[in-house]
Amino acid sequence: MEIDQLEKIASQVRRDIVRMVHGCQSGHPGGSLGCTDLLVALYFHQMTLNEQDEEAVFDMDGAGEDLFFLSNGHISPVWYSVLARKGYFPVSEMATFRKLDSRLQGHPTTHEGLPGIRIASGSLGQGMSVALGAALAKRLNDDDHKVYCLMGDGEQQEGQVWEAATFAPHHKVDNLIAFIDLNGQQIDGPTVKVMDNRDLRAKYEAFGWEVMDIEQGNDMAAVVKGLAEAKGKSGHGKPVMVLLHTGMGYGVDFMMGSHKWHGVAPNDEQLAAALDQLEESLGDY
Amino acid sequence: MKKYTFTEKKDTRSGFGAGMQVLGQQNPNVVALCADLVGSLKLDAFIKENPERFFQCGISEANMIGLSAGLTIGGKIPFATTFANFATGRVYDQIRQSVAYSGKNVKICASHAGLTLGEDGATHQILEDIGMMKMLPGMTVINPCDYNQTKAATIAIADYEGPVYLRFGRPVIPIFTDPDQKFEIGKAWMVNEGTDVSIFATGHLVWEAIQAGEQLEAEGISAEIINIHTIKPLDEEAILKSVAKTGCVVTAEEHNRLGGLGDSVAQVLVKKHLAPQEYVAVDDSFGESGTPAQLMEKYGLSAKDIVAAAKRAIERKK
Repeated sequence: MEIDQLEKIASQVRRDIVRMVHGCQSGHPGGSLGCTDLLVALYFHQMTLNEQDEEAVFDMDGAGEDLFFLSNGHISPVWYSVLARKGYFPVSEMATFRKLDSRLQGHPTTHEGLPGIRIASGSLGQGMSVALGAALAKRLNDDDHKVYCLMGDGEQQEGQVWEAATFAPHHKVDNLIAFIDLNGQQIDGPTVKVMDNRDLRAKYEAFGWEVMDIEQGNDMAAVVKGLAEAKGKSGHGKPVMVLLHTGMGYGVDFMMGSHKWHGVAPNDEQLAAALDQLEESLGDY
Repeated sequence: MKKYTFTEKKDTRSGFGAGMQVLGQQNPNVVALCADLVGSLKLDAFIKENPERFFQCGISEANMIGLSAGLTIGGKIPFATTFANFATGRVYDQIRQSVAYSGKNVKICASHAGLTLGEDGATHQILEDIGMMKMLPGMTVINPCDYNQTKAATIAIADYEGPVYLRFGRPVIPIFTDPDQKFEIGKAWMVNEGTDVSIFATGHLVWEAIQAGEQLEAEGISAEIINIHTIKPLDEEAILKSVAKTGCVVTAEEHNRLGGLGDSVAQVLVKKHLAPQEYVAVDDSFGESGTPAQLMEKYGLSAKDIVAAAKRAIERKK
C-alpha cells in the first residue's frame, strides 16, 4: 500500500483512539497515538495475513500468516482500531470499548473471543515470552512466517523481559521481530527519572540480538522502510530488536511529549480540539 | 477392608517421566519445557527420543510459562515442568494472565510438591499450590497418588483441551494402583467401601489412608476411602453419595489446611449435606528440613493422624 494511503488510515485510527477513550472517559491515548504508525504499517503493509476479499479472517493458530503480539496491552485502543479497520470485527464495536459486556476490554483478551487477539496482555513483561513460544511453534510447523511483538520502554523494567531476551538468541529464534516503543515516558514521569533503562541497544546486543533503530517512528515512510529492513535482518540466526523512537501522544498537539496523557481521557472540548487536527479519512465509527 | 499390596516403591515424578515418554511416542504435538531441572523431572527419555520437541528454558520460570502459552498458538501441547514452588507461586501472574485467563492448553507439571521433598526445607516445600491453582477459573487441578496413577494422569491430560495443574512428588512410595488404569479427570476412585466414616484423600496421603483404614478395621470401624485425584473439578457426586452413607468426613492432603482439598470438600458439605469434617493437613505453617517420614510425622500427615481424625469425626456424629 502507498505511503499516503497508510497515512490516511493512521489519521482515522488516531480519531478512533481519542473517540474511544473519550467515549468511556478512560483508557490510554498517549502510547496508542505514538504507536499508530507502526501498527498501521504492520497490518496494512508489512504483515502477511489470512484474508478473504481484502478482509482479515481470524484463526487462533495463525498457520501460514504473520502474527502480532501486543505486550504493553494498555495501548489497546490503537490495536482495536487497526483490527477493526482491517476487518477483524465491525468498526461499530469500537463504541463499546471498556463498557460492560464488551469484547473490547480495557486490556486485550481472548476471553470474550475478540477476533485478532491471541493472548491477554496488560500485566506487563509477558508478551515477548508468548511471542517466542508462537515463533517456536512456527519453526516446529515449518511455517516460515514472522512473529512480531511490541513492548513499551517502561516495560523493560520487568525482569521477565530479560528472561525472554536471554532465551531468544540462545535458541536462535530468528523469526521473531520485536519492537520497543521508545517514547521515554511512563506513568510516574520520564523513564530516565523513574527507572533509567540506560543503553537498550547495548543491552540487547550484549544479549545476542540484532538491534536496529527506527529514528522517525511517527513518519510513515520511515516506518515502512524500517520494517522492510527488519524483515531483511530476520532469518539469519538472531532475533531482531527494533528500537522505535516515537512521541507519546503523537498527532494531537496538546497530548504530545508528556506522560500526563499516558492514561487520561480527553473531555468534550479537548476531544473537539483533537479531532480538528485529524482527518476523518475512512468515516468515524 | 479391601487388601492393597505392593511389590515395588517408586516416586510419582518417575510416573510423570514414564507418561511423558509414552506421549512423546504417541502424540507429535506434545512438547516439553523445563527450567534447569531435567533430571529431577525425569524427562531424560522424552528428551533423548524427541530432542526437537524439548525446550530448555534455564532458570527462568516466568519465561517458560509465557513460552508455553505461545506454543499453544500453532497447535502444540506444552508440558511446562519444574518444582511445584517455582511452577505456581513464583509465576502466579504469568499463569493467571497468559494461561488461565487466555484459556491456553498448557499443562503445568510440578514435582517436589509438599513437605516430602524433605531436606531442602521450606523454601522448596510449597503447601499452598493447590489453593492458588484451584482459584484460577478454568484450571484443572490433579494430584495423583502413586507411580501408575501419575503416569496415567500425564497421558490423560494431553487429550484434555484446557489448562491443567498436575502435582506430584519426590519420595518413593508404594505402587498400589493398576498399571493399566484408565485415568478419568474429575472422577474419584473408590479405594474401599465402608460405612462409618468417609476418608477423602489425595496424593501421597492415599496410601496413608489405606493404612489408616486397616488400623480402623482392627478396631471395628469401617472406613470408606476415596481417592480424590482431581481436586478441580471436584467429584461432588462421589462425595455426597459417600457422606450420605457414613455421615462424617476426614480429608487428607499434603497441603496447608487453608485452600486445599479439605476446603473444597467443606464447601460441598456446607451447601449440600452438613456433616462433621476433620482435616488432616498442615496447620497453616511452613515446612522445614528433615526426612520425608520425619516431616509427615511431625506435621501430622501419617496414618495414625488419619485414624485419630476418623475417631473424632465419628464422635462428632453423636
